[in-house]
Amino acid sequence: MELAMRILESLDQNARLTAKELAVMLGEDEAKVAAEIRRLEEELVICGYPTLIDWDKTDKHQVTAMIEVKVTPQRGKGFDEIAERIYQFDEVEAVYLMSGGFDLTVMLRGSSLKSVAEFVSGKLAPMESVLSTATHFVLKKYKEHGIPLVTRQEDERMLITP
Amino acid sequence: MRNPLNPAVVGIKPSGIRKFFDIVHEMKDAISLGVGEPDFATPYHIREEGIYSLEKAKTHYTGNAGLPELRTEIANFLNRRYGLSYEPKSEILVTVGGSEAIDLAIRAMVCPGEEVIIPQPCYVSYEPCVILTQGVPVVIELQEKDEFRLTAEELRAAVTDKTKLLVLPFPNNPTGAIMTEEDLREIAEICVEKDIVVLSDEIYSELTYEQKHVSIASFPGMRERTIVINGFSKGHAMTGWRLGYACGPAEIIKQMTKIHQFAIMCAPTMSQYAAIEAMKNGDEDVAMMRDSYDKRRRFVVHELREMGLPCFEPYGAFYVFPCIREFGMTSEEFATRLLSEQKVAIVPGNAFGDCGEGFLRISYAYSLENLKRALDRLRAFITKLREEKNA
Repeated sequence: MELAMRILESLDQNARLTAKELAVMLGEDEAKVAAEIRRLEEELVICGYPTLIDWDKTDKHQVTAMIEVKVTPQRGKGFDEIAERIYQFDEVEAVYLMSGGFDLTVMLRGSSLKSVAEFVSGKLAPMESVLSTATHFVLKKYKEHGIPLVTRQEDERMLITP
Repeated sequence: MRNPLNPAVVGIKPSGIRKFFDIVHEMKDAISLGVGEPDFATPYHIREEGIYSLEKAKTHYTGNAGLPELRTEIANFLNRRYGLSYEPKSEILVTVGGSEAIDLAIRAMVCPGEEVIIPQPCYVSYEPCVILTQGVPVVIELQEKDEFRLTAEELRAAVTDKTKLLVLPFPNNPTGAIMTEEDLREIAEICVEKDIVVLSDEIYSELTYEQKHVSIASFPGMRERTIVINGFSKGHAMTGWRLGYACGPAEIIKQMTKIHQFAIMCAPTMSQYAAIEAMKNGDEDVAMMRDSYDKRRRFVVHELREMGLPCFEPYGAFYVFPCIREFGMTSEEFATRLLSEQKVAIVPGNAFGDCGEGFLRISYAYSLENLKRALDRLRAFITKLREEKNA
């Protein structure tokens, strides 16, 4: 496997690995790994290093909504322009173009049901190209980015085995 | 009352480091680098097949040698991975872990007074199994300078007229050593020349790094004189399912099956169904786990060398075997002090044979975080030891 792919697969599991640690673990030169990471960042293959946080376990109150949006694509621009107009809002976590019964999925993070409702009725629904919206609230997050949020698997092995 | 015990059993010396093990098991808050099993849980699609077998009430005995479908899938697996070909009906026996297969093979083949060559350091069960058959264990002490591989010279020097069987435990627990194709070729030639049968314990065969595992059974003249032992515990992370297998010439497998039939009846049915899934659709899981071990392997070797602990680069299993002779204490003293002062549990090298004295077996079947934490403590410990020495 090429170096870039090995770096990406490692960082996908653990974004905190330093270039030095990656170099050791992949059996590569540190400068080479660092340069490759820089290149991947510049080319927006690596777009960021966020932390996976279960906010439900904190005092911060927030709600997540998944909004199905039907839109009218624009001549020459397809769905890209309307998607951009939507994703520029800070409260929008993610926007996906979908196949099937609607066009865009908008993942929204708000401090309350009311703030989400205000965004949908005040900002999203009135957009010219938006034909309809259907808002679903997330009640509980079980797993994200391949990691279960609810339980941790304890190491149940004996301390020493032959 | 008469002595109810069999002196042959009583005579088997208990593991010399049992005291150390007892101390460790009472220390609940210690962190460990001491286990001989994967940190991964069995992949869910495999577990799910086990669950499904229970839902479908597959709760009966299977045939003694194991489910025909499982034996067929094992044959396919060995062929696709190592180019071995075994007839599922007569040359494959499903056992309760690789360890049962070891016991069966030795009991089926070794007569009283016959010699069994055992290269050490190695897994702990070969020697007692040989003693129980009244065979004679002949230990070859593998050398660090050879990176703990068995050399042709060592083997030749150990062979006598009474030599019946050679135990070949590679990839090796505890050293992480593997035998290359060239190494094995020489060993195979001697076995053919001297008419020696081989018990090749290949339980870690799926966990080799930078080169693929080669089975001695694939060399000319070896298939008819080799029992290959393998299983699901290490590669597929299925230790608790207790499932292994032996492959070899039909006439040996037949006699092993006889003992298995009377002692065990059959391997657990649920485990066998799960194992079919592991054989059919488990290659990707194994590749993922292998890749993960490989990264940790490089990390641990690098860290140990940075600490100034000499260790050769291991290309198999999930162990590193560093040398601690500079501290002038036994492996057990070192491990005991490390445990009491830094609460890190590591198995002393002499648990795997006298020639493991002066070494530690460090397992890297742990998360990177756990490895970092434990190695930091090990570093603090040896820094202190070096200061003491220089004071």
